[in-house]
Amino acid sequence: MSATLHRLFLASLLRRRLATALSLFAIALGVALGLAVQLIHSAAIDEFGRGMRLIAGEADLQLVGARDGFDEAIYPVLAARAEVAEASPVLVIQARLPGREDALEIHGVDLFRLARVQPMLLPRAAAAADAADTRFAALQPDNIFLSDEARAHLSESQQLESGEFAAPALRGGELVLQSGVRSFALRVAGEVPAASASLAVMDIAGAQQHFDRIGVLSRIDLKLAAGVSAQMARQSLATLLPPGLSLRVPEAAASELSTLSRAYRVNLTMLAAIALLTGGFLVFSTQLLSVVRRRREFALLRALGMERRQLLRGLLAEGAAVGLAGGLLGVALGHGLAAAAFKFVGGDLGAGFFRGTQPQLQFDAMLVVGYLLLGIAAGVIGTWLPAREASRVAPARALKAGEGEYAGLPQVRGGWRPGVGLLVIAGLACILPPLNDIPIGGYGAVALTLAAAVLLLPTIARGVLPVLRRGRALSWRLAHARLSATPGQAVVAGAGVVASVALAAAMAIMVSSFRVSVDDWLAQVLPADLYVRASVSSGSGYLDGDALARIAAVPGVATVDTTRQVNLRISDEEPLFTVLARPVRGNWGLPLIAGSSERPARVNAADAAGEIDADLPPAWISEATADRRQIGVGDRLTLPLGGQLRHFIVAGIWRDYARQHGAALIESADYVALTGDQRINDAAISLAPGSDAATVAAALRADFGAEHLSIALPGEIRALSLQIFDRTFLITYLMEAVTVMIGLFGIATTFAALATTREGEFGMLRHLGFTRADIGRLIAIEGALTASLGVIAGLLAGAAIAWILIEIVNRQSFHWSMDLAVPWGALALFASSLIVLAALVARLAGARAMQRSAALAVKADW
Amino acid sequence: MDCHFLLLPPMLTAHALRKTLPGTPPRVLFDTLELQVGAGECVAIVGESGSGKSTLLNCLAGLEPVDGGRIEVGGQRIEGLDEDAMARLRRSAYGFVFQAFHILPHLSLVQNVALPLWLLRTDDKEAEARARTMLTRVGLGTRADDPPHELSGGEMQRVAIARALVHRPRLVLADEPTGNLDPVRASDVLDLLLEQIRDSEAAGVLVTHSRVAARRADRVLELGVQGLVDITERA
Repeated sequence: MSATLHRLFLASLLRRRLATALSLFAIALGVALGLAVQLIHSAAIDEFGRGMRLIAGEADLQLVGARDGFDEAIYPVLAARAEVAEASPVLVIQARLPGREDALEIHGVDLFRLARVQPMLLPRAAAAADAADTRFAALQPDNIFLSDEARAHLSESQQLESGEFAAPALRGGELVLQSGVRSFALRVAGEVPAASASLAVMDIAGAQQHFDRIGVLSRIDLKLAAGVSAQMARQSLATLLPPGLSLRVPEAAASELSTLSRAYRVNLTMLAAIALLTGGFLVFSTQLLSVVRRRREFALLRALGMERRQLLRGLLAEGAAVGLAGGLLGVALGHGLAAAAFKFVGGDLGAGFFRGTQPQLQFDAMLVVGYLLLGIAAGVIGTWLPAREASRVAPARALKAGEGEYAGLPQVRGGWRPGVGLLVIAGLACILPPLNDIPIGGYGAVALTLAAAVLLLPTIARGVLPVLRRGRALSWRLAHARLSATPGQAVVAGAGVVASVALAAAMAIMVSSFRVSVDDWLAQVLPADLYVRASVSSGSGYLDGDALARIAAVPGVATVDTTRQVNLRISDEEPLFTVLARPVRGNWGLPLIAGSSERPARVNAADAAGEIDADLPPAWISEATADRRQIGVGDRLTLPLGGQLRHFIVAGIWRDYARQHGAALIESADYVALTGDQRINDAAISLAPGSDAATVAAALRADFGAEHLSIALPGEIRALSLQIFDRTFLITYLMEAVTVMIGLFGIATTFAALATTREGEFGMLRHLGFTRADIGRLIAIEGALTASLGVIAGLLAGAAIAWILIEIVNRQSFHWSMDLAVPWGALALFASSLIVLAALVARLAGARAMQRSAALAVKADW
Repeated sequence: MDCHFLLLPPMLTAHALRKTLPGTPPRVLFDTLELQVGAGECVAIVGESGSGKSTLLNCLAGLEPVDGGRIEVGGQRIEGLDEDAMARLRRSAYGFVFQAFHILPHLSLVQNVALPLWLLRTDDKEAEARARTMLTRVGLGTRADDPPHELSGGEMQRVAIARALVHRPRLVLADEPTGNLDPVRASDVLDLLLEQIRDSEAAGVLVTHSRVAARRADRVLELGVQGLVDITERA
């Protein structure tokens, strides 16, 4: 069989090089995109995990809480327990470097515990004149130790977003840092030789003192006594923990991050899957046409004694060969794409999940084999139907000269029932709840809608073509007649177009709706004239009562509103939950979708403990919180604040595009009363009438020192946010472009193949007086008509998929709603350009048929 | 034999035609070939395989260049025309019948026959009426709206004949028009073709292997390197 296989089947792939190359390339692109997304993500997670292992060292369990830390009173309780062999307290500060836009991760550690739990973080003092100095250097509160990476990084000047350069943070052996709105310097006393990340280590007491975090810890790393398992210890220690703290294994941090980015990743993988699917369609088109062309060849082989099964196997081998070659190319391309993405976009593909990590590309044999198999599957599945069709042909009939092969037109019958059936199932899938935060039903509905659109293509053709009958030009008439007689051709050539247009249109509608909604939302949440913040994380740069008074005293400032943002740990499993404390009642800037800014008059649940809900303070929750916890206006919300569980009554639900894992907003006064925390992250300033933002900003910079504050106009924040938004969607635009390209390949391969089978027809038309240009026009019109049908089906499917993306996928993965905004102009432009491009591509692909001598072409017996 | 066409000026004139095939040395297919066909006259060209019968037909159709000589169709010289001008001339002045029929499967019979009229931008109604008349003349008037795949080979060739003559061409070229048909059907189709050509007063040139078919033509010419030799008497 192998010689036969090679000569009859695989050699046929080489004969139709263009079609083979295009389907191969389409599969390669699908494989490459999917693989690249996986590679990038696993490398980023790996890198993050490596960093976590370094920091966690040999700890068996970690006690973690809110991002800003927790009360150190729990430390002696844990350290004294029999289950715990060693407890190492850590205060992690994302220290702001005045004037720079980066931050330094400082680990405040207890040196005596460090050696036993996290030996990789042990500092080594640089040689000093006095030996005692060297010995005790690590215990000095003003000394800090830098890893090699941190030292290299901090010794360089940094280019700011504004284009200016900030001076190196490390100068003359001293490192300048910020606490609150003031600068101070620490002496760099040595290095952290074993640390391979950018970090610094200092004595914990020094860190607490310098950053005004007395009595606060970020983490306690525990080494358990011999014979105690992590599971046992978690159970027995859990009862000791105040609310808001949780004990977990060090690996949990990486899995939490993986959870954070999962929805985004699944989205990208789905896009890649659609690209691969489009590639499969392409194999289907080319194989079907090639099978039709070789009908007589197969009939002869069958007459000469080839078994039906041999024929089927041979054809499937063709498909597998295309799939394998495409897969191999795709694997190479995928690694290239991932490497390029690391270089230009970063490990998070622009989405901001893995900021600061510098992942390395790794070869993962299992992943590569998996994607190779996917490529082969696309090739084999695409070939299955045509191969079965070919093996069923009765040899005697096919061998008879003149037997109607319909000039290479496959007879795809298309009733409307299967398509409509799939649409109904898609509708039902939309009702399914998400599985593990992944909207399985939504994605299923997207795939079903796509398949339905392809199946309904002949029905759409039958509906649309009679409307277009009017044209008088002969090329138009012939093209129209051909498509009307064989709507199956539209399926073969247009399937790829349907898939890619549907995808592109759906994404365009979704992204446009999202962008318009985000823009409106930004306008609503940024009502002030000027925004001031000391740093993103309040661990180091923050504003306090004194700073606020100084701001209010600046001439031109009418009122100052404040926001305090803290990230709480609600449970072991959930990612951090954000609480925003700011004035709400009678205030502006809350994009409510339910409830009001006033306390609700009626409350829903009576408390088992008999607590009177009516006296509880109000909270306004984000859509994600409402979705995840299944609570609404009038319900009770419980948050671990200040080491205790505090209850609130939900007064409203607001739209929040910034925090997909949930947020709640409470009154500043309630927050301060419950926690005693007076720190402030952001100040929103309203200007007095007649005063100028630039002047006030200049006055603030002069007062606090320009390097200690970032001051922004709402317009700037809005522009920056939209810029980040666009960057996040850049990768999806690129993937869309690729699928559209694959769709055009579909047109090209089909028309290239059709043109060869139709040489006789074109030869006859040339005899009758068609010029070469007339033939070219005929092919172009056919291409345009086919593409138009694909575009119509694609746009309809795209609108349906957009609805699914907005109402099901986004709601279930990210928990945010958006207002529909259809980019009519862009869609019209896209659709018409695609039709023109398809005409062009068909014309180019059909060029070979026009080159052949008309006299010879009519001799071919078809 | 009705020889009225001898009194009229010839519809097709080929004078001193020369055609060589490339190679070393080039092979001369024919040289100083002379051919005149009058309106309503049918000429059959016979010859050995590879003698250049089809090539001659292609040269007459302007689909292959000649290496020397002159061709006139209805008084118009064609050998200097560019490809597009030749295509336009073929629309109005030529009709073709092929061995493999070449009926478009996605058009109905009447549409297939109307194709040359569409190319000439004839009014739709008129085109349809003329196509129907033509189909009636070839015996398929009742099936004008059927799709072609229901037809037998002989019927297909009848449609092709209707298409070749519907626009009243000056010259009809037929290359082995009965090559794909059984002897009985071949005979019927050939009779029909010749009758229609004569009725339309076109000039007909028919290339065939079959001496039986050739004998039905007004003249039988044999193609050799020396040109065309009239073998009507011998055939």
